[in-house]
Amino acid sequence: MATKKKNNQPVEWNYSPALESTSHVKLKDKYELYIDGKWVKPSSKKYFKTINPANEEVLAEVAHANDKDVDLAVKAARKAYKNVWSKIAPSERAKYIYRIARLMQERAREFAVIESLDAGKVIRESRDVDVPLACNHFFYYAGWADKLEYAFPNRKVESLGVAGQIIPWNFPLLMAAWKIAPALAAGNTVVLKPAETTPLTALKLAEIIHDSGLPAGVVNIVTGYGDTGAAIVNHPDVDKIAFTGSTGVGKIIQKAIAGTHKKSTLELGGKSANIIMDDAPIDQAVEGIVNGIFFNQGHVCCAGSRLFIQEGVADKVIEKLKHRMDSLIIGDPMDKNTDIGAINSKEQLDIINGYVKIGIAEGAEIYQPKCKLPNSGYYCPPTLFMDVAQSSRLVQEEIFGPVLTIQTFRTVDEVIQKANNSPFGLAAGIWTDKGSRIFNLTTKLRAGVIWANTYNKFDPTSPFGGYKESGFGREGGLQGLGAYLKMN
Amino acid sequence: MERVEVLKTYKIYIGGKFPRTESGRYYTPTNAKGDALGNICLCSRKDVRNSVVAARKAQGGWAGRAAFNRGQVMYRIAEMLEGRKAQFIEELIFQGATKIKAEQEVNTAIDRLIYYAGWCDKYTQVLGSVNPVASSHFNFSVHEPTGVVGIIADESTSLIGLVSMIAPVIAGGNTCVVIASESLPLSAITFAEVLGTSDVPGGVINILTGASEEMAKPLSTHMDVNALAYSGNDEAVLKELQEYAVMNLKRVRSYTKDWMNSDSQDLYMISDYQEVKTTWHPIENIGGANSTY
Repeated sequence: MATKKKNNQPVEWNYSPALESTSHVKLKDKYELYIDGKWVKPSSKKYFKTINPANEEVLAEVAHANDKDVDLAVKAARKAYKNVWSKIAPSERAKYIYRIARLMQERAREFAVIESLDAGKVIRESRDVDVPLACNHFFYYAGWADKLEYAFPNRKVESLGVAGQIIPWNFPLLMAAWKIAPALAAGNTVVLKPAETTPLTALKLAEIIHDSGLPAGVVNIVTGYGDTGAAIVNHPDVDKIAFTGSTGVGKIIQKAIAGTHKKSTLELGGKSANIIMDDAPIDQAVEGIVNGIFFNQGHVCCAGSRLFIQEGVADKVIEKLKHRMDSLIIGDPMDKNTDIGAINSKEQLDIINGYVKIGIAEGAEIYQPKCKLPNSGYYCPPTLFMDVAQSSRLVQEEIFGPVLTIQTFRTVDEVIQKANNSPFGLAAGIWTDKGSRIFNLTTKLRAGVIWANTYNKFDPTSPFGGYKESGFGREGGLQGLGAYLKMN
Repeated sequence: MERVEVLKTYKIYIGGKFPRTESGRYYTPTNAKGDALGNICLCSRKDVRNSVVAARKAQGGWAGRAAFNRGQVMYRIAEMLEGRKAQFIEELIFQGATKIKAEQEVNTAIDRLIYYAGWCDKYTQVLGSVNPVASSHFNFSVHEPTGVVGIIADESTSLIGLVSMIAPVIAGGNTCVVIASESLPLSAITFAEVLGTSDVPGGVINILTGASEEMAKPLSTHMDVNALAYSGNDEAVLKELQEYAVMNLKRVRSYTKDWMNSDSQDLYMISDYQEVKTTWHPIENIGGANSTY
């Protein structure tokens, strides 16, 4: 940022790098599959590399599980379910989950560093958001294990059996926690597949689970690509599929399990509206817009990627937003000053750049701050598109990157229509000083999570999940338990 | 030469500190064999009043903690208790329990703390409600702590009765003044030492020893105590408490449970010390009439 001295000579005020140390982090060169309480070599004999997207350096080699490996994992989970996990007292089940939470808390910083290395996520967010939330999720669900009868009055609840869980690369550890914690609390055993670009924190979690003394086979972690996930989905002895990822893959899963006994929860894509009314506290709203779309490089299923501004304040909001974007620091995720880190993978960067091209071709006005991007690694500057049509692909499709579209509106009626005009329905944000208006909009917006005068807030007690093609089922809170229980 | 053992002076626990009673008095309960348990503080009504002041001072802060944080603090108490199990077992045996019973009692106390730790960030979701009123209002009810709770702990147990009464009270964001078992006071004071090292803010739990009969009145007539919890089956004592409670409409709860039972714990012991607050908020009613996506 440039400011001016008395003699009108600009002075550069740059932040000195404040790099998080990686010296305390223990990573192996090669990771096997965690099956039945042991590290097992993949029968595929194949390994893939996981890299640091911030500099393209290889972090470790990771086993690629095939059908046979998945079968082994499901068998281990079934055996553990039958012989141990479905039999132990719920209060003892709770204590194991509490142990996992505590061990994670003890090693929280190590997890944060590995998460940033493997995912390109800025260290400030891994340290202050992802990892604490993941720990808290285990701590929260641990307490439910012996209280299930209170969650669903007048129902006799029973665990389902073996849960197959497939998680995305945007919040690798947090998604593992969202999946494993409620499944265990409800008395199920687990086969979990982390995403191929971000397997490391799930594998570190396997180490912690091992240290906790959790009976062998209760949690199994198998790494791999889409074929590994498909093997889990199609395995006949899996009782439940929990998937977080794209709507496209979600539909493939729903189709694959049609006609089987498998229960499912799908937490899919989004194109969430962030609505600024003319009476909104503008500075606060601008921070909310930035947080809504640029948090985690926009790799957030509930990102506020469609901005709606009431006409009277549109110019002012856009001007302030541009000014705020100019001060965002893009670069090394390990630097504590960095606001926007690396795009998770080359593939994702290509997808985002593809959408930027579409936007320019469609004739929308683009704004990107002038910022220097690092020479290696995958980076994308924060991007605005103004004057986009409701029918634009940028408005209709999920980009999953730091790209925001801006539309304006005149009346409450109009913005409700526009916001709801989407196949998705995951989240929405509303900015206004008027309480009654908040409740009007929360009532009429068709989305699973509504943030009023805030955005991207998560808590273990708060149910999360979408309407329409954003998926079904909820994670978090009491509602998150239901997805892992049979109700008799 | 044999080493001379250092004996512990048992104190009381007020506002996070360990004073002796302001009255300077003591009593010397004995076990069945006739061994003296120690010179235990015979607390006075002034000690009761000091404790209520400490409990009131701590209440807002404790209730204001995130529910999740209260859960973590309670879990920490369990962790500390687990680490000092041997000392508790030894004291329980000294007070007359068998080794097996003593172990059971400490284990049950630890598990009970964990049980209620888990409830801290869950009971509002189970008990609370969004109320579908007919007018255009968003109307919801949440539970809030009653305030300062006076607890007269189970006379027949030293640890488990005390823990079983304290845990649901503090899980719900209340603070408390506890009168420990008169004849079996040792575990209560050692438990206070656990609390002192468990991140529990001073004043959230205050523990007094002495004559229950003497302290019951100043506690149950105190105008800054909001609720009373009595464990026991002495109908006369209960009636007296109920009558004293009238002055400021204290809520009186009484239990005749066998606290050693693993199911002598439930959500409704938390709601016993909760008030229900209902909030009305208007909903603007314009637009979106045709939004049927």
